[in-house]
Amino acid sequence: MVVGRNPVNGAMFMILSLVGVAGLFVLLNAFFLAVLQILVYAGAVMVLFLFIVMLLDVDVVSKRSPGNLTIAAGTVSVFLLGLGFVALLDRPQMLPEPTLLAPERLPSLETPMAFVTGIQAYGYSLFTKYMLPFQMTGLLLLVAMIGIIVLSKRFENKSV
Amino acid sequence: MEPATLQLLTDILLTFVYAGAVIAVLMGITMYTVLAERKVCGWLQGRIGPNRTALPIIASIPIIGPFMRGLGLFQPLADGGKFLFKEEPIPAHVNKVYYQLAPVIAMVPALLTVTVVPFGVWWDSVGVKHPLVLANIEIGILFLLAISSLGVYGIVMAGWAANSKFPFMGGIRSSAQMISYELAMVVSLLPVLMWSNGPGSTAGLSFYGIVTAQENGWWLIFAQPLSALIFLVALFAETNRLPFDMPESETELVGGFQTEYGAFKFGMFFVAEYAHIVVGSAVFSLLFLGGWDFLPFSSFNPYPENWFGSLLSIGWFLVKVCSLIFFFIWIRWTLPRFRYDQVMNIGWKILLPLAIGNLIFYTLILAIYDANR
Repeated sequence: MVVGRNPVNGAMFMILSLVGVAGLFVLLNAFFLAVLQILVYAGAVMVLFLFIVMLLDVDVVSKRSPGNLTIAAGTVSVFLLGLGFVALLDRPQMLPEPTLLAPERLPSLETPMAFVTGIQAYGYSLFTKYMLPFQMTGLLLLVAMIGIIVLSKRFENKSV
Repeated sequence: MEPATLQLLTDILLTFVYAGAVIAVLMGITMYTVLAERKVCGWLQGRIGPNRTALPIIASIPIIGPFMRGLGLFQPLADGGKFLFKEEPIPAHVNKVYYQLAPVIAMVPALLTVTVVPFGVWWDSVGVKHPLVLANIEIGILFLLAISSLGVYGIVMAGWAANSKFPFMGGIRSSAQMISYELAMVVSLLPVLMWSNGPGSTAGLSFYGIVTAQENGWWLIFAQPLSALIFLVALFAETNRLPFDMPESETELVGGFQTEYGAFKFGMFFVAEYAHIVVGSAVFSLLFLGGWDFLPFSSFNPYPENWFGSLLSIGWFLVKVCSLIFFFIWIRWTLPRFRYDQVMNIGWKILLPLAIGNLIFYTLILAIYDANR
């Protein structure tokens, strides 16, 4: 997938791995995430990728030898990655010890837990506790969209 | 063997049996949808349609035999046999792996979507109602949208692997069209989900929940006609039916994405298209026509709570599905095909704004309704 030279092959394998990630979500009982993964990435984003790859009709990309700077940067990042792994494995106390927090209110006979489906619970927390991050994500996407329009349209100073 | 292991093995075996039965019924309906297409097309054009195929023994039964032959009931068998026994040439210029994979990829999502479609109800020994469905998952609607969005890959791959002009154009058109109409389709579904998920409702995103919400009230096609219209138009586009059959518009693109295919591989594309129509009709009748609910505006429920009631509910559901299939065919032989730019304009400039306006309208209505309760 990484070393393949055919862009359509690459896109196909990426779809396969995205579906595989959805499978991992299913094994973690996160069905909602799994379905979203397929719906958004495999179903929409990758169709666009494939559309562009096919439309531009990119042939097999010729092999280019990487420049010196690329090789140096690659070596350094691999070294840093290895260093990070070693540091994490060597000192597990770097990660915080998980502790169970005392629940504020346990469901009981007087205060029963409301029956909700998984998505309702998800939506409830999304629109109450995580409202700000949710809105910020939306704003970021809007900014990205406007940026793309500005970049691709290349407005010229037309003299009327 | 331990009883627990035996129980597990039986469960697994039964799952396979149920899945096989549902697929068999779906394929049966699909086969006869093809026949219905040819027959209805014939009637609309003042012809008779297929009426010659005959099985040796059954067709010679006195009155019933000729009648069945006249209806063309044996025609699907002959069609299937023809596809199966034809020679399968593989053109020399194609990408062989993708060429062979594409029909399979087109077929799998079409059959997979039926797992979450409920088709009736049954009552257990204490009288609790359950849906008749392969997998009654909480997020059925999302699952269906996700899997059916994978269906485009079969067409795109077929168009690309064929390595010639017209199939390629078909593949490009289909990916653009499917993405455009998926948006309008999903947005048109949001008011439906809001409507059936009132306070205290546990309908969620499951088909059974939506049908249950309609059983006690109006069918959603009367409550939200605009959502139903947008969903139906998007459904036509997603199933690549005329007037939206851009991927294979035969007058412009020879046969579109399936130009280079023959024999059984073509047959698989063909069956996948009709399976999409069957599942699409089932989904529309579940979401907007109340599934197996008997009457639009009342909670009147005529089904006795036993196996006979289950059969009646399946039957009534199938009546709705078959009427919708007929509607699909009727539209195909009535309307001419849109131009490609018209298809894109309808998708982005009419359907999507309409769907968003519809969403805002029903959000306001529901907010006012909830505030005044």
